[in-house]
Amino acid sequence: MEPINARFDIDWPGFNLTVDLELPGRGVTGLFGHSGSGKTTLLRCIAGLVRAPKGRLVFRGEVWQDETTWVPTHRRSLGYVFQEASLFAHLTVMGNLRYGQKRAPAPVAPEDRVSLDQAIALLGIDHLLTRKPDRLSGGERQRVAIARALAVSPRVLLMDEPLAALDIARKQEILPYLERLHDELAIPVLYVSHAPDEVARLADHLVVMDGGRVLASGPLKETLARLDLPTAFSEDAGVVIEAVVASHDDNYHLSRLDFPGGNVVVAQRREAIGHRLRLRVHARDVSLTLERATGTSIANLLPATVVEIADADTPAHCLVRLDAGGTPLIARITRRSLDQLGVARGKAMWAQIKAVALLGD
Amino acid sequence: MFLSETDLQSIWLTLRLAGVVTLILFVVGTPIAWWLARTRSPLKGPVGAVVALPLVLPPSVLGFYLLVAMGPNGPVGQLTQALGIGVLPFTFWGLVVASVFYSLPFMVQPVQNAFEAIGDRPLEVAATLRASPLDTFFTVALPLAAPGFITAGILTFAHTVGEFGVVLMIGGNIPGVTRVASVQIYDHVEAMEYGDAHRLAAVMLVFSFLVLLALYLWRPNPKNT
Repeated sequence: MEPINARFDIDWPGFNLTVDLELPGRGVTGLFGHSGSGKTTLLRCIAGLVRAPKGRLVFRGEVWQDETTWVPTHRRSLGYVFQEASLFAHLTVMGNLRYGQKRAPAPVAPEDRVSLDQAIALLGIDHLLTRKPDRLSGGERQRVAIARALAVSPRVLLMDEPLAALDIARKQEILPYLERLHDELAIPVLYVSHAPDEVARLADHLVVMDGGRVLASGPLKETLARLDLPTAFSEDAGVVIEAVVASHDDNYHLSRLDFPGGNVVVAQRREAIGHRLRLRVHARDVSLTLERATGTSIANLLPATVVEIADADTPAHCLVRLDAGGTPLIARITRRSLDQLGVARGKAMWAQIKAVALLGD
Repeated sequence: MFLSETDLQSIWLTLRLAGVVTLILFVVGTPIAWWLARTRSPLKGPVGAVVALPLVLPPSVLGFYLLVAMGPNGPVGQLTQALGIGVLPFTFWGLVVASVFYSLPFMVQPVQNAFEAIGDRPLEVAATLRASPLDTFFTVALPLAAPGFITAGILTFAHTVGEFGVVLMIGGNIPGVTRVASVQIYDHVEAMEYGDAHRLAAVMLVFSFLVLLALYLWRPNPKNT
């Protein structure tokens, strides 16, 4: 898949954006940062909703913007989901879905084609088609908005914090649909979010932004495990591990999840053996011991080597990046423990994992 | 008969004038309202002020300028003569042109407010759904602004019906051509025909009340997108 090359330079009073990025042409790319970091503006530049005075955007070999070219938004093959559903109030759900679908030219590659039925099925909205937007719940509206964006058979799906305006229950309602998009669609998705858990759950590639600049851009797991990024400074520091369901223990109602370098045991999962799962291990849930602990209730112990030590969000703590047989881990421990245990680069230790968050619950 | 032949004639003329003016203003006022709602040009202020002028200007002032402009020696008059239309004052179409100017703010302002209330978002959404700007205007902006158009249409029609000063300046008082209901009432009073004036005035009063009643009873659904 050809990549997306984006270079933009904006110098507005009180706001700067300077980016030069190559984004993968497949999978979900999370654009992550705090509000004001420029992530939404970057997405709007890619969509052509904002015209950066200086910029060059090459979308999978097609020039959308440079010194002499400007492709207006309505001629760019993209789908866009806004933070608020922004359905057309004068049209029914079906009218909203058809609006873009009937205007979009048929995609060149047949496998990129998303039929109306497919979009409706993917988002589970077939029972809503005759309703007007004001008769929908917030979660339903956002699902319709996502289906509407997909129904134009876009070559890229841009999502600007599609869950930010929803409460936790509505988020949980929509996240499984977003995961299905990830699994079933061939097109790349650019997903703007300031919520680490959303990004960890959905993204394959991560772009971290701050103050209108790109701090990091790389595969999710490696980027999350970096200690030099602002994500590491928040309480949400942690890593993501791709694991496979390896076995079930019906006696104790536990499941073993394997990943390169080890395994963890969690409360029994419904998924069949061989099913892939994404785990999030927060740094605050990882502690370190010099030897393999015995007589502890913590079941998940992994041998790991210290790779790097960095400052944490408080002066009392620090972050330790570990390599557990190829899987990166971050532990958040106190400076006193660091000194007492003599933690140093290259030291072999044991990581105790107190809790594992399974993304997708 | 409740109303005389000439009274009915004046009412029919009034309705015809108001209808034609409203239709013309839908076409002329909508682009002006759209431009005023969307532009960031420094001309927005001056253009908005010119559009609103008839709200504060005495109708006789507006009528006077239009009379001079459309008269045989005025620039508009020269043009209409060159085009073989003749001069417009004291004709029905002269009244129409004058009324279009006079009622312009009653069309432009409600429509402009309705366009502004839509905001940028639905237009951006339409662009991401492959709609060109013109397509977006007709399929998103116009339907979403429909309540504003209904208000504007009713106000423009009613305001044109209530015209008097501009009509006197431009149209004079020609039965069946420029003698609208408000002028007819004035004539009745001048001629001491108080009974006739009462009847026609009552018709106008009831009509105006019903129009405004319709406007106030009719409420668009609360916006909920």
